[in-house]
Amino acid sequence: MIRFSWVQFRLQAAVAGGALLIIAVAFALTGPNLVHLYSTIVASCTAHGNCSTATDAFLAHDRLLQDFGNLVIALPAIVGIFWGAPLVARELETGTYRLVWAQGVTRSRWLAARLGLVALASVAVAGLLSLMVTWWSSPIDRVNMNQFTSVFDQRGIVPIGYTVFAFAMGVAAGLLIRRTLPAMATTLVGYVAVRVLVTFFVRPHLIAPVRTTSALHMSSGMSYIESNNGPLGVIGAKPGAWVFSDRIVNAAGHSVTGDFLSRGACLQSRGSAACLGKLREVLVYQPASRYWAFQWYEMAIFIGLAVVLGGLCFWWIRRRIS
Amino acid sequence: MNPAVQTTALAKRYGRKWALRNCTLSIPAGKVVGLVGPNGAGKSTLLQLAVGLLEPTSGAIRVLGGRPAEGPAQLQRVGFVAQDSPTYSNLSVQRHLRMGAYLNSNWDQDLAQSRVENLGLGPRQKAGSLSGGQRAQLALALAIAKRPELLLLDEPVASLDPLARREFLQTLMEVVAVHGVSVVLSSHLVADLERVCDYLVILVASQVQLAGEVSDLLSSHHRISGPRRDPRRMPLQQEVIEESHTDKQSTFLIRTDEPVLDPAWSVMRVTLEDLVLAYMTRGRDIGRRQVPQLEMVS
Repeated sequence: MIRFSWVQFRLQAAVAGGALLIIAVAFALTGPNLVHLYSTIVASCTAHGNCSTATDAFLAHDRLLQDFGNLVIALPAIVGIFWGAPLVARELETGTYRLVWAQGVTRSRWLAARLGLVALASVAVAGLLSLMVTWWSSPIDRVNMNQFTSVFDQRGIVPIGYTVFAFAMGVAAGLLIRRTLPAMATTLVGYVAVRVLVTFFVRPHLIAPVRTTSALHMSSGMSYIESNNGPLGVIGAKPGAWVFSDRIVNAAGHSVTGDFLSRGACLQSRGSAACLGKLREVLVYQPASRYWAFQWYEMAIFIGLAVVLGGLCFWWIRRRIS
Repeated sequence: MNPAVQTTALAKRYGRKWALRNCTLSIPAGKVVGLVGPNGAGKSTLLQLAVGLLEPTSGAIRVLGGRPAEGPAQLQRVGFVAQDSPTYSNLSVQRHLRMGAYLNSNWDQDLAQSRVENLGLGPRQKAGSLSGGQRAQLALALAIAKRPELLLLDEPVASLDPLARREFLQTLMEVVAVHGVSVVLSSHLVADLERVCDYLVILVASQVQLAGEVSDLLSSHHRISGPRRDPRRMPLQQEVIEESHTDKQSTFLIRTDEPVLDPAWSVMRVTLEDLVLAYMTRGRDIGRRQVPQLEMVS
């Protein structure tokens, strides 16, 4: 049955392989140059202290290729829509299920072979693309130091989880809805909804954040945020960390507002010891060292959801369809 | 020998519509059986239940003594050509044969190959480019080459032109002659059934109206006409299937195992078509009387 699954899948596999090859070539041609630029522009500037112009200049390189990160975001949806949704729905729609399910292979085995093969291909494609993007972007990521925020879902292993999940979602939608186009639309909407839900409501709670209170100590690379006399905060305190909140509080533990800085000692010398006095910094954050833990947890969640959807498909094809 | 298909109070419902209801029948194996009935009688549903593509809503069905699609062995024993003979339009003829080889343990590649060559199909031709007749023949070749004990064909010739229809049925007859496979063939084209079937089951609104060897059926039915007579005054052993009257004359289609001796009647042979039409009409009328609200789906 695996061999026949391959017959039905080889065209899609070829398209995916071709696309990966093109991306690989583009990255192979430009990647080494990016590393070189990093070592000449950025690495040397840290010696002088001020890097912002250098990093801006560096980040302006290969803008187009940097957008390949978005491809990693789009890949799961593409796989779900074009590999997942039609997998069973097309057979039901064109009536070929009446041909293939009358052969000497049970429906469950048929589904296992089709589902298994394409799921493995999804893992391979997502893994390879993420690996290439992660490698190519590593100099840029080192400059941005935003691994937790803007590019968390475009790097590492989470794209594999997303892709397998989107694929399973597509198959399940196709099986339940029995028509390709509505199944594709459902897959897209469902996938985006689950991603949003996990990103905003699940991911922050995967591990309890670290909460620290320490003497305020301003160093280079840090600055205040003061918004309309609102609470005063610090940015840049923990490079690479996922900072949930960062407030400056006074000895009584109350948040200090922006107009504090325009009073007394601070009027003359902002940031001086006299001004900062007994202020303390309250940080709530996920340390940079937890990056891979978060990657593993989130991938496991999506793989788990995919397994549940896969189980639903097997149950449905045996009991419900007909 | 187990019957090819045996059902007990079999029913299948789609949503709120019953496609098959309280159907109890037994179709013998070792024959070419024509399953005939009007659209919506439940023929297609019955065959799909028999091959395991559908699950019964209630009741039981056994095919060659086993539960449909219970496992690879059962699937192996039954060949199926679905209505409109679906094929993968983007796969070539050769790939279809490859599929058969991959998915069936008894696959007879030589048989499949020779069938396809006889049809003049190029191995590289895509199934989507085949004519309706060629597609039906390809589907039949696939079903035969898995070497089933029972071949179920759902309206295989309904959408074919007369020539393609004759060729398809010829192929079928060859297969039956060579491999001795049992066949159940649904159709509403009586003329085609007459050519190939040796056993007939007439199904109207899920109920068997008539079942038997074609030769027995033909010899036990007669069309008789004579002076006008009330059907209630006919002899008990002569069951009236169909009647029509003019002012002076009555014509009956009767079933009897005894010769018609009354000299008042002129006796004519019936054709299979007469027979089928008479029973279909009767079945429909009975169905209307019993369940006037019965909805039929095709």
